[in-house]
Amino acid sequence: MREDRGIFYKIDWVMVGLYLALVVTGWLNIYAAVYDETHHHIFDFTQKYGKQMFFIIAGLILAMGTLIIDPKFFSQFAYFIYGLFLFFLIIVIFSGREISGSKGWFAIGGFGIQPAEFAKMATCLALAKYLSTLDVDIRKLSTLIVASAIIFVPGVIVLFQHDTGSAIVFIALVIVLYRAGLYGYFPLALIALPVLGVLALVISKIILAGCLLVLTILTLSFIKRRLRNILIIGAIFLISVGFVFSVDYSVNNILEKHQRDRIHVLLGQDIDLKGAGYNVNQSLIAIGSGKFFGKGFLQGTQTKYNFVPEQSTDFIFCTIGEEQGFFGSGILVILFVTLFVRIVLVAERQRSKFARFYGYGVASILFFHFAINIGMTLGLLPVIGIPLPFVSYGGSSLWAFTLLLFIFIRQDSFRHELI
Amino acid sequence: MPMERLYANRKYIIIGFFILIGFLFLARLFYVQILVDKYILSANNNVLRYMTQYPARGLVFDRFGKLLVYNEAAYDLMVIPRQVKNPDTAALCELIGIDKQEFLRRFEKARNYSPYRPSIFEAQITRENYGYLEEKLFRFPGFFVQLRTLRKYSYPVAAHTLGYIGEASPEIIVKNPYYRSGDYIGISGIEKSYEEILRGKKGMKIRVFDVLNRDKGSFREGKYDTTSVAGTDLYSSMDAELQIYGELLMTNKKGSIVAIEPATGEILCIVSSPSYDPNLLVGNIRKKNYTQLLEDTIFNPLFNRAQMASYPPGSSFKLVDALIGQQEGVLTPATRYGCGGGFPIGNGKVVACHPHPSPLDLIGAIQISCNSYFCRVFKSIMDNRSYINTRAAFESWRKHILSFGFGKKLGIDIPNELNGNIPTASYYDKYHGKDRWRSMTIISLAIGQGEIGITPVQLANMASIIANKGWFYTPHIIRAIGRKDSLNMAFATKRKVSVDPSYFDVVIEGMANVVTAGTARGAKIDSITVCGKTGTAQNPHGKNHSIFIAFAPREKPQIAISVVCENAGFGATWAAPIASLMIEKYLKRKVTRKDLEQRMINGNLINGKLPENERGQGNILQD
Repeated sequence: MREDRGIFYKIDWVMVGLYLALVVTGWLNIYAAVYDETHHHIFDFTQKYGKQMFFIIAGLILAMGTLIIDPKFFSQFAYFIYGLFLFFLIIVIFSGREISGSKGWFAIGGFGIQPAEFAKMATCLALAKYLSTLDVDIRKLSTLIVASAIIFVPGVIVLFQHDTGSAIVFIALVIVLYRAGLYGYFPLALIALPVLGVLALVISKIILAGCLLVLTILTLSFIKRRLRNILIIGAIFLISVGFVFSVDYSVNNILEKHQRDRIHVLLGQDIDLKGAGYNVNQSLIAIGSGKFFGKGFLQGTQTKYNFVPEQSTDFIFCTIGEEQGFFGSGILVILFVTLFVRIVLVAERQRSKFARFYGYGVASILFFHFAINIGMTLGLLPVIGIPLPFVSYGGSSLWAFTLLLFIFIRQDSFRHELI
Repeated sequence: MPMERLYANRKYIIIGFFILIGFLFLARLFYVQILVDKYILSANNNVLRYMTQYPARGLVFDRFGKLLVYNEAAYDLMVIPRQVKNPDTAALCELIGIDKQEFLRRFEKARNYSPYRPSIFEAQITRENYGYLEEKLFRFPGFFVQLRTLRKYSYPVAAHTLGYIGEASPEIIVKNPYYRSGDYIGISGIEKSYEEILRGKKGMKIRVFDVLNRDKGSFREGKYDTTSVAGTDLYSSMDAELQIYGELLMTNKKGSIVAIEPATGEILCIVSSPSYDPNLLVGNIRKKNYTQLLEDTIFNPLFNRAQMASYPPGSSFKLVDALIGQQEGVLTPATRYGCGGGFPIGNGKVVACHPHPSPLDLIGAIQISCNSYFCRVFKSIMDNRSYINTRAAFESWRKHILSFGFGKKLGIDIPNELNGNIPTASYYDKYHGKDRWRSMTIISLAIGQGEIGITPVQLANMASIIANKGWFYTPHIIRAIGRKDSLNMAFATKRKVSVDPSYFDVVIEGMANVVTAGTARGAKIDSITVCGKTGTAQNPHGKNHSIFIAFAPREKPQIAISVVCENAGFGATWAAPIASLMIEKYLKRKVTRKDLEQRMINGNLINGKLPENERGQGNILQD
């Protein structure tokens, strides 16, 4: 009994508090997004806010359940959980239901469950488990291959469900590898390649290649000209140039039409505001019309009258932007960043490598969702349909993120008992 | 120490990256929400619909309270393409009388405009068809009916005066911010000149619409809505019955009738013939009809002769010379001149006169309309020793003439009025050489011929001036605005001519004799003393124009009138009887001289336009 009481003493209330703040914000804005004078009470299950209320309550039960499970369970069963969700991911392709183009849903009762959301948590567990194994060194090629496989196998399967957004999220776990000691080139390349890709689409490829050459020569003149360095930098140069010239081909032949359109919209090359550019334009109109203090709760017109598509799920941030203005949406951004920083700091205080890497996994996944979702609504990134953690409407995502976070909180509450 | 502790510092890079992205978003939010305004404008465009509330246009009544111009409901069939579901095309086509191709064409047009916003599918459905359509409309989701008003004219007369309304052109919209595309504006007649009074004030309702164009109610409980103010009614001085009668008399004649109440300057009727039914230029038939009217170059029905045609006034102008001669002191009622069958103007040329007793005094000369007499009067005005030369005498004469409202727009309240023409001294300088013209050079002015041009409205006003013995109010067709008993103050200023009232009596006496025993005995009405003067305007293009001016009764005149019948010959033949019938109609309210009436109505003076076997057959067309 004493121990159980102890758990609640030792859990990190900052994270729990941030979690609750975000969940409540989410619910209020889902309510605002679908608000209509004719609706009655908040438990109306025909309405999204009624369902979300149920999701939240179920999520809280799930969170409490997680907090009373033996923390060792997650590290010991990490691979098992991982395998289980890989299995779910595969069978959902064959037996799942298709919702808005992606075939990743199990129909359970009236609700759809999306295994891909939970697979992120499972992958975090597996990756943390693997990286915390005693003789693992990420700078070894074999380790890198195994770690990459853990990350990318579920990613690729999700890709087969036509859920590009969820698949991309797995890339976030590179941050964990980086913290584990991965060469800086890798995350750097992950940032540099999209930048290069955008530049390749916007400016002349010859000029870009020329710039890269100049950059390479400058780099070579500043570092020690050892053979190894010259080879590496030369290779980087060649890969970059190859990438630059393959961008057009990739965009035109590998991406699907709607993805191609979204990229053109982002780059301002397609201003068809009734077609592909509609979402982003309406999203910016909703957010931009909020001005400093917003139009007030339930006073938004753009979101209330459905000008913004997917406003309770992927574009929930628009409702906040419109009704709460710069003040409210700024606070939300700060809440999120605070949560991420807190998770990293809490991860750093872990004595268990497993718990630490898992924590980084949690931060990476949440951050990636946050960055892509808000980047999309603000017109900074192409439209990629992934939810804003804890805030967007949806049972699967809320429960998956709750589990993801509370497994970490549970690990943290246990940190003194370990070793 | 575990291996990965070596990389503990990387947490700073990772945290830094998180914070960096957070700041990037804050900056972007600041830009989108605070720095630029275009998004809030777009937001309002998205949801707010500014729905104009069109006020009812003011009505127009005649001088006895009869409705002349009113509004009638018409209905536009609207369509919101996105809301149309599996339309029963055939049934709808049948309902509004179009074929399937036309249906698809209109539907495509509407969809191209906007799938969510209403477009007009069929404009101006009449009330009868609307009743039928409304019953069936529930079967066609996406279609609905919107109320509009159409201008209607009670009588098929006075088209030029009443004018018409039409949609404001892009040029007007640019110039006047009140008008928006689709708004109606008066284009001619009093619809134009009283536009701002008739139109009222538009109101604005702001409604909120969702993305599917569903009405979500008023914006902020109607806090920013404005209500429309109905247009103000106009009370016209027109006597609808007289107007109708005048147009009837002018059947198959080119010309005009203008009647004015001398005491007030109120226009009683203003006929321009040929004319058209003003209802032809209403609603969706307007475009077609307008083109047809415009292309009719023989009848030229759009031409407002009463205001836009200017004629040499002929002998009717002698009255003015009689007045000016007295005022200038070169003529008295007793002045006698012999006729001699004409007035020699040198080089063997003569202004011919018709046979009549001679010599005559002023009254007799007016009664008989002696050309020689008035040539001598005019000569004595021009050769008046009080002036240093002919030019000075002419300038003085011209000043008198202008005071009668000739040579310049009178400023009536119906748009498009011609100045007319009274030649200037410099005109003659140019024509004959500087000061190389004398009274004999310009003698044709004496008998109202030559370069002189006067509009029928100015002629009627001249009759009015004589009736009033020297003054007039600017003629106007609208006597009261808003309230029946109010007065149109724009026309309440008395304008005096430069001839002393005492000189008018002899002229009036002459005019009375014209009708009782002179050139216009056909204008005589038992029990009413009509004072008149004939005129025959020479027309280089064909037969002379028949002109008659008159007022009646002699004491307390109630009507002053001018009648012009183009290509009708002598003033006495057509213009005088028509004027007489008009006076009788106005003063007695009914006409007893049925034979004369029939003869006038049946007279067809439009060349080559006389259909075979039609009444009249032109056999009364002798001079």
